[in-house]
Formats: sequence, C-alpha cells, structure tokens
Amino acid sequence: MTGGGPLTGPALTTGMGAGGDSPSQPAPASGAMVTPTTGVVTGTFWRRFTLRRPLAALIIQRLGLSVGLLFAVSLMIFGGVEALPGDFATTYLGQSATPQAVENIRKDLGLDKPLTERYLNWLGGAVKGDFGTSWASKNSVSEQIGKRLGNSLFLAFFAALISVPLAVALGMLAVQYRNRLPDKIINVISLAAISLPEFFVGYLLILFFAVQLGVATFPATVYDSMGFGERLSAIALPVATLVLVVLAHMMRMTRAAILNVMSSAYVETAELKGLSAFRIIAKHAAPNAVAPVINVIALNLAYLVVGVVVVEVVFVYPGMGQYMVDAVTVRDMPVVQACGLIFAAFYIFLNMAADILAILANPRLRHPR
Amino acid sequence: MPDLLSVKNLKIEATSYPPGEPPKTVTLVENVSFDVQKGKVLGLIGESGAGKSTIGLSALAYGRGGAAITGGQVLLNGKDILTLGRDGVRTIRGCKVCYVAQSAAAAFNPAHKLGDQVIEAALRHKIMSRPEAEKRALYLFKVLGLPNPETFGDRYPHQVSGGQLQRAMTAMALCPNPELIVFDEPTTALDVTTQIDVLAAIKHAIEETHTAALYITHDLAVVAQISDDIMVLRHGKTVEYGTTKQIIEAPNQDYTRALVSVRQTKREEARDQSNTLLNIEHVSAGYANGFKVLHDVSMHLPKGQTLAIVGESGSGKSTLARVITGLLPPQEGKITFDGKELPRALSGRTKDELRRVQMIYQMADTAMNPRQTVRDIIGRPISFYYGLHGAKKTERVRQLLDQIEMGDRFLDRYPAELSGGQKQRVAIARALAAKPELILCDEPTSALDPLVAEGILNLLMKLQEETAVSYVFITHDIAIVRAIADSVAVMHRGKLVRFGPKSKVLSPPFDDYTDLLLKSVPEMELGWLEKVLTTRRMESAGN
Repeated sequence: MTGGGPLTGPALTTGMGAGGDSPSQPAPASGAMVTPTTGVVTGTFWRRFTLRRPLAALIIQRLGLSVGLLFAVSLMIFGGVEALPGDFATTYLGQSATPQAVENIRKDLGLDKPLTERYLNWLGGAVKGDFGTSWASKNSVSEQIGKRLGNSLFLAFFAALISVPLAVALGMLAVQYRNRLPDKIINVISLAAISLPEFFVGYLLILFFAVQLGVATFPATVYDSMGFGERLSAIALPVATLVLVVLAHMMRMTRAAILNVMSSAYVETAELKGLSAFRIIAKHAAPNAVAPVINVIALNLAYLVVGVVVVEVVFVYPGMGQYMVDAVTVRDMPVVQACGLIFAAFYIFLNMAADILAILANPRLRHPR
Repeated sequence: MPDLLSVKNLKIEATSYPPGEPPKTVTLVENVSFDVQKGKVLGLIGESGAGKSTIGLSALAYGRGGAAITGGQVLLNGKDILTLGRDGVRTIRGCKVCYVAQSAAAAFNPAHKLGDQVIEAALRHKIMSRPEAEKRALYLFKVLGLPNPETFGDRYPHQVSGGQLQRAMTAMALCPNPELIVFDEPTTALDVTTQIDVLAAIKHAIEETHTAALYITHDLAVVAQISDDIMVLRHGKTVEYGTTKQIIEAPNQDYTRALVSVRQTKREEARDQSNTLLNIEHVSAGYANGFKVLHDVSMHLPKGQTLAIVGESGSGKSTLARVITGLLPPQEGKITFDGKELPRALSGRTKDELRRVQMIYQMADTAMNPRQTVRDIIGRPISFYYGLHGAKKTERVRQLLDQIEMGDRFLDRYPAELSGGQKQRVAIARALAAKPELILCDEPTSALDPLVAEGILNLLMKLQEETAVSYVFITHDIAIVRAIADSVAVMHRGKLVRFGPKSKVLSPPFDDYTDLLLKSVPEMELGWLEKVLTTRRMESAGN
C-alpha cells in the first residue's frame, strides 16, 4: 500500500545483527491471552472469575502452575538420584565393603524402607524446611545449605547488580548506533563472550589477573571471619566471569527487543509528532519493550543462580554449587537432593516472576475491555 | 492566494541493504511537483509502489525506512523544510503538519490512553495548555462522532473499534491546529459501512477547521468525494494532475482512464438453476471456546456458476468457507456436493472428495512455501492427486502456466521473484492442477491493486468458461459481485441476510442491512458522499 513500505524491512535488519535481530520472543501484547468480557457471563465460578478479572486469574494460574511444576521436579530429582549408579555405602566403606557392613549402613540410613515411603518422608521434611542429615558429615543439611546458599546468593547478587544495568545500557547503545562501528564492536565482543564456556573464561581471568598481573586474589574462598571489603575483593574474579557469561545474551536480547519496538508504527507516529528522541525512547518505546527485556533478565538471573556451580568449583568458592558437586562425588543423597530442589525452586520462581511481570506490563490485560 | 505547501521537482531515493550484497539505491519518486492552498484538499492516487505515501511523508520531511529526499524543494509557507535540520523539522512535525496513518491500530501506542496520545503533540510543542488541549480533544471527539466523547480519552487503543481508532487518529492530527494534514489511506483497512462514517467525519472536520490536506488512497471513488484536486501517480512519477472534476469526467491519460473505468464490466447472470453442485443446508458452526459464528445458513450453487458471498469482517463468510472445506466441522446442518453428503470433517473425506474442492486465499504470499519454485508449487497437487512425475508432470505444469497466461520462464522462479498479481495467478494454477469442480476464492483480489485485480477476475471468468468450474467467491466488494456473480448471498454477523440470483438480491426492495451495505459503496461520481449523507439525515429525521 505504501510506497516506502517494502524498503522498511531490508533497511532495518542488516549486516551484523543476523542472530540478534529476529528473536523468537513473544509479542508484548499477545492477542491470544485476551478474553472478551462483554455479554452475559455464565458457567463455573472460575470461568466467571477469568472473564471478570483476567489479570488476577492469569496470575493465580501462574502461581498454581509453579507449585505443580515444583512438585513434579521434586519427583524427578528424587527418582533421578535414586536411579544413579553406585551407592553411598560402597563408596563410604571403600576396600572394607563386606556385604554385611553395606547392609548395616543401608539399614542405618533407612534405605531398606520402600521408595514411596522415603519419598513422602523426604518431601514432608522439605516442605517444612528440613532436608534431613548429611550421610557423609552427619550434619543437618538445612544448616549447611543456609550458609552456602547465602554465599552463592552473595555472588549472584553482585554479578546481577553489575550485569543487568550494563547489559541494558549496552543494548540501548547498540540500538542508538545501529549498524555503525560501536554496534558492530559490541556485537562481535558479545558473540565471542557467548561462545566461550564459563570455566574457560574463569581460567583465562585467573591466568591474567591473578597469576600474571597479581591484582586479584585466587582462590576466591571466603570465611566467616572475613569483613565485607575482603569478601568483595575475593569474589571479584568469579563475579567478572559470571558477568561476562550472562552479559552478552542479555545485551543482545535487549537490543533486539528495543529494535523491534523502535521499528513499530507507533514509534513512527511519535517521531512524526515532532517529539524529542529521549521522549520517544522513554515514553513510547520503553513501556512496550519492558516485557521481553524482563523475560531475558529473569532467565539470566536464574542462570546466574544455577550456573554458579561450575564457576564456584573453578574458583574454590564455598557456595551451593561446590557443596552439591562434593556431595555427588561421595553419593551423599540428601545433600544432592536438597541442592537440586533449591536450584529448581529458584529457576521456577524467577521464571514465574518474569511471567507475572510481563503480564502486568501488558495494557490489554491490565485494562480489559 | 499564496500556496501553503509547494513541492518542487521532488526526488526521493532509498538505499536498501540486501544481506550479502552491496547496498542498492533505488529511485522511488522523481520530478514530482504540486501545490496545496490553504483549506484545500489534494488527492494523491496510484497503485502500491507508486510512491504516494513517500510523497505524503515528504511534507513532514520524513523518509520511511531507508528513504531519503535527495532532490527538490518542499516549501511550507514559502520556507524549504528540507533545509531545517534535525531539530528544525521537529518544529514542523506534529505542529504545523500532522500525519494520519493507514493502520490506526498499529499507529497508537498500546501502552498509553487515547486521550494522552491525542493531546501529546499540542502539549509538547507548547501550542496549548493541558486544559485547553483537553477541551479541544473533547470538541474533536464530538465533531468526529465518537461515542461518549467525555470519557473516550480515558480508554486504551485495544478497548475501541477499528473505525473509532481511525477517527481518534484524525482527532490526534487535528488537535494541535495544524495547517496541513497528510491522510495516508485512512479508510483502506475499514469495512465499507464504517468507511463512509469515517470519510464523512474527516470531510466534516476538514471543513470545520479549514485545514488543508493531502489525501492518499488507491481508491479513486473515495478520493473523488473529498478532494479539490487530484494527482495520479505511477512508478513514482506524475501521470496526470488536475481538478477532481477534470480527472473523473475527462481524464487525459490512458492510465487514468483505465482507473476510472475499472470494474465497469458486468456479467449477465446464468438463469439455469438446475444441476446443483453444492448445497449447504441449515449449517451452524462455531469454535472450541463455545463462540458460535454461523447461525443456520443455507444456500446452493449450480454447476459452472459463481456464488458470491458478501459481508463485512466478522460476518462469518470465511468461516463458511472453512466449513465447506471440512477444516471446521459444522455443529449442525449438512453439506451436499454433487448429490452426495460430504463428511463433516476433513479427515473423513476421501482423496477424490478433497480433490474436487480447492481453495484460493487472500494472501498468496503466505499461502505458498517461499522456498519452493513455481514448478514445485503447481506440481505438488499434480503428483498428489494424479501420480504424475518427471516429464509428464512438467508438461502439465507448462499447460497450467499457459492457462493462467504466464509462460515457461516462470517455471523455476521463487514466490519472492513474482509480483502480487503473478503470485495470485500461480495460486490459481495450483488450485486448477487438481482439476476441481469447485474453487473457494477467499477475497483473492482484495490485496491487489485495482487494475491487477481486474486481470485476475477476468482470468477466473475465462477459466470458468473453459473448464466449467464453479466458484464460491468470498468478498466484501459489491463492485466485484456485480461483475462476476450469478447468485449472491449477503451475510451479517453470522446470519444469512439475503440469498438469490444477483438481479434479485441487488435490486429493491432491500432489507435494512443490504440497503446500508449497497449505499455505503463509494461511487465514481462527484457529490456522492453528500447525497448519501443527506438521504441518511432525512431518513433519521423522518424516524
């Protein structure tokens, strides 16, 4: 219909941005989720509620789904750990594993009880926050995890604090200089960062900053006696590693989300109203780019919390990840199961939060017809 | 009177960046000049790719996509706005010149209230204070006939209808009291009965506010109602430029004459009502969410004839096509084909039953696999239904290409290398390849330019004569119905309003809806809009 129409496409998606320009992100305003609310409403209570308060209904639905998912994951973790080859008793006893000794230990640990009973006991305890006692150290798992989780979150928090604003800022910068030199530089570097696995990045950083330059501390072990400043300097390298790993993905998705919005007809309308570039971005583009950006951020935060496993091992950092890896090597099932469940809970919670925020950011759902 | 807008020797070029190739520069508009006086309306008309929108946007010194104005002058009140620079043009846009986009649904920001968006430009350019702007918005909502003007501004774009959004967009353009408004196909996306309201509202608002306007459209009948002068464009160049009266009544150029006389061919309807091919009896259908779309619809179609189904969006005409094909099994009623009842669902039909009913879609683009050549696209049904391969299949494809008036040289082209009209022809050949007895045509010409569309219609008529195929032709365009139908079914909100031979359906006495529908179709006649509006006023006064 329009003379300039056919040119819009090729002019907007060109050259370097091949991977980042066409993400499979959901449209900010999905028509499928909107329910018509006019007319006489009949049916069950839930159906009526869905029509009258679509927003609340969707959020309740998400919460319910998350709880269900967590339950399913607990089943899978328990089953998966049960199905692992090798067992604690033989590993623990080593050379002195006579059949009688193995049998005794199995009895002590309650492994002779049926599977379903052990699962229900474990789940009942987990709901109350009691993950049992470690087979290897005989300590309370919950107590150990309390400390370790704090350390992991400390690490993840600082990584997020640096990477999220940096990613959004770099994404906006790339949009501002689209297809020009700064954009290309950002793209190439971020592509390189995505391509390197985190353990490799970690060792590279250790090599340069700890070994050759000697400005950073390694290993990044923290103790209860350390002050806040000391802790910060200890975690500098692992934080840098995590930032490098998640930054690229977030930045590319932010760039794609904003570009997508900037090429929309309403941004053109804003431009044709003679508004300033800042107002166009802040008032007209940003509110519509929020949902996809939140999704990416949440996904990466979840990755941060879960992905620390490898980084913690590389840097000998006493967090959840290392705790779990140590437990796996000695077949310390209660610890493995507890760590797995907590990681899963974080993942599910962050994704649910992202979903709910995206729903809240959708004007069609906030203001039904 | 001095000219408000004076465009001289405009040249617009675009640079595109095809992936993997060096950038290409294409000339979109060349050597176009025109003037618009205060309070006057100039219509820009042409088919897609003629450069009308590009020219319209040049009045705001704006190039869409990669387009850039590379030559000529755009004088607004005698001052060249092309030399104003980045910040300078901001004092023009949304202040002296405003823009009304084709798709208001996309042009409004979904995140903000309509009222705030309508008054934004006036506030940002410090033309008026917030209370003044709100007062003006309210006045404009009233002038444009929007429902509940007091609270209309508190609503979000998704909460109002398409026709209302288009009027709100006009209000947004009028709000800062601009000297010129560029209307870019403001009624193209609307149903005819809605279009006439919006058209009347725009005309009224222009008269009321003495604003000048550029009115861009591909529909000559529409532009004839609203503009003082008309410029006909083709391939970015001026074909003819004159007063509306001269262009409509005494066009100088062949191209303009073709535009004016388009679709004046009318076909005599076939009288023979025996030999029924398709019989739809008391069909009701709906979707899984319990929403019923079709209510007790019955109609029939004799062999070798055309049944046109007319109605606006949401009338259920495409749903009826889905029911006939079996994609959507009906909840009640039955469909008989050539004397035998068709299984309700697609999965229950035999290969031969499938072969006998084929379909042509509105968007040939999305109905074809972009990674297949014309040979594969047309060849697929040949090998599927007739098991032909190799040389025999190619021979049949050649035959079909010949039938749709396209030559061998298209055999190995991809859909992207074809024009819109050619794509639709290939889609027709694909349907013909199965040698069907019935082809369902779902708005096959509504995405095409008038002259191209006419070519497609003529082709369909020729094929009907040659192969005695029957058509169910779904359309919203009464002119097409007049041109090609034997019998007509008028649908409204899922119900059949009127059905019968064309001569009966399209002549009085009418029911209310058919009357409204027929009266809303713009005619290539000066003063048609006023005439319709006057009749309407008299009727409503009479009630």
